[in-house]
Amino acid sequence: MEQLDRLYHDIIMDHYKKPRGRGLREPFEAQVHHVNPTCGDEVDLRVHLLGGTVADVSYEGMGCSISQASASVLHEVLVGRTVTHALSTVEQFTSMVEDSRGETTPDEATLEDGIAFAGVAKYPNRVKCALLAWKAFKDATVKAVAQAEASND
Amino acid sequence: MELDVTKIREDFPILEREVNGKRLVYLDSGNTSQKPRQVIEAVREHFERHNANVARSVHTLGTEATAAYEGAREKVARFINAASPGEVVFVKNATEAINLVAYSMLGASIAKGDPRLSLGPGDEVVITEMEHHSNIVPWQLLCERTGATLRWLGITDEGRLDLSNLDELVNPRTKLVSMVLYSNILGTINDTTRIRVRTREVGALLMLDGSQAVPHRPVDVRALDADFLAFTGHKMLGPTGIGVLYGRSELLAAMPPFLGGGSMIETVTMERSTFAPPPARFEAGTPPIAEAVGLGAAVEYLTAVGMESVAAHETALTGYALDRLREVPELRIIGPSTTEGRGGTISIDFAGVHPHDVGQILDGEGVQVRVGHHCARPTCMRFGVPATTRVSLYLYNSTEEVDALVAALEKVRGVFG
Repeated sequence: MEQLDRLYHDIIMDHYKKPRGRGLREPFEAQVHHVNPTCGDEVDLRVHLLGGTVADVSYEGMGCSISQASASVLHEVLVGRTVTHALSTVEQFTSMVEDSRGETTPDEATLEDGIAFAGVAKYPNRVKCALLAWKAFKDATVKAVAQAEASND
Repeated sequence: MELDVTKIREDFPILEREVNGKRLVYLDSGNTSQKPRQVIEAVREHFERHNANVARSVHTLGTEATAAYEGAREKVARFINAASPGEVVFVKNATEAINLVAYSMLGASIAKGDPRLSLGPGDEVVITEMEHHSNIVPWQLLCERTGATLRWLGITDEGRLDLSNLDELVNPRTKLVSMVLYSNILGTINDTTRIRVRTREVGALLMLDGSQAVPHRPVDVRALDADFLAFTGHKMLGPTGIGVLYGRSELLAAMPPFLGGGSMIETVTMERSTFAPPPARFEAGTPPIAEAVGLGAAVEYLTAVGMESVAAHETALTGYALDRLREVPELRIIGPSTTEGRGGTISIDFAGVHPHDVGQILDGEGVQVRVGHHCARPTCMRFGVPATTRVSLYLYNSTEEVDALVAALEKVRGVFG
């Protein structure tokens, strides 16, 4: 059970039971719908950017504790960061949960509560759950930035 | 004859292993079954002693391999009571078997061939809301490509087919009805009688998806009066990579080919080809030979145990499992609540905990179940759940394993309660 305790870390269970920032809100520049077709997990996610900063991330979804908690942590960690910092955080989070060999040392200062998902790397079939919202955020942010650039042209 | 589960288990080497430091409790046979020593040995012996390509060699090994491959076809034909071995087409899996029929019908539709097989605008195909994606998507594609209309029978709250509008859904415009015999998610075993009678009345073809039925129940294609039956080897103690399409010989003979290539031809010129009679017409390229031999051994094993005994064992075990699961608070069974017209595939919704999480914690206890939508997303939607936790029983499962499942579910409550 020891390894399972690492997967179901207290921080993850706390975010799962008390999700932060859940619900779809206005205003937003981009909205995406991502699914995990093998298990049916789904997330709808909106981003609101303001002057190069992530002003809000709002989301609705259904899925397992890992996928739902990871959306909540994403909201808490990324809102208020610059777009550049937010996207580099997504990269770090992705590397951490895909690192099944434990070769990288995740940076707690950057990932904050996201660090609790380090244990997911030992469960290859749960990596997609942990990344669902993060991939959706990246997709939505890229869309919102492209849209902003297009309207500036 | 009552099945001796202790003795059966000795034939399955994998059941001795441990998972996460616990005794393996394999409750995922609906996904794929475990293999008995007899099947593993048959495949090994084929590779060690008889390996060669089939149907094209004059040498001794080629003759032996061909005899083994065709011998497997005869065993499978007997197992489902086909009129002749020529009605058994070997394919990759049940998905390919269903696609074979759909693509052959597409070919007939384009060529304006046999009217029973040709579809166009105004024609209809009928399926059910209980189908695996493999018996939905090929018909969606066929209907899109021919302009025909796809229709389906619904499901009642108890997990049975809703036949209240059968006569309206299956009507003179219907060309084909394709339905599952045993639901891979609800465990429902469908009585096909009324549908069969109505299908015959309107002159449509009847295809049955036997992927879950053939491994677990006696299935007699002539008693079922089926035109087609699809099933797969790996769910019935055989290897992966081998499946079966049964087709009535007269129908197979009327069908245009699906895949083109070697072994399926009569004469080839640079301009055109003529095709071999069935089943060879539908077996292009080198087939899965060792896998067919393994399936033959699996069919022999099941025949020796007796399919009536397998079914009786599973019904008794299902009754025990349903009773034990009902004792678990906050657990809902999605599907029929009694053993009447149901098999040992039991989907549950537990205490609002997502099936992924349930499956993960059960795995920690050595209990292997499937979680997700089981390639039957429309059925999940019908019951308002994104996914379920599915327990599926087979001849080697015991009451002790059901007890282990119930104990492991208590651990789930410990983590998520």
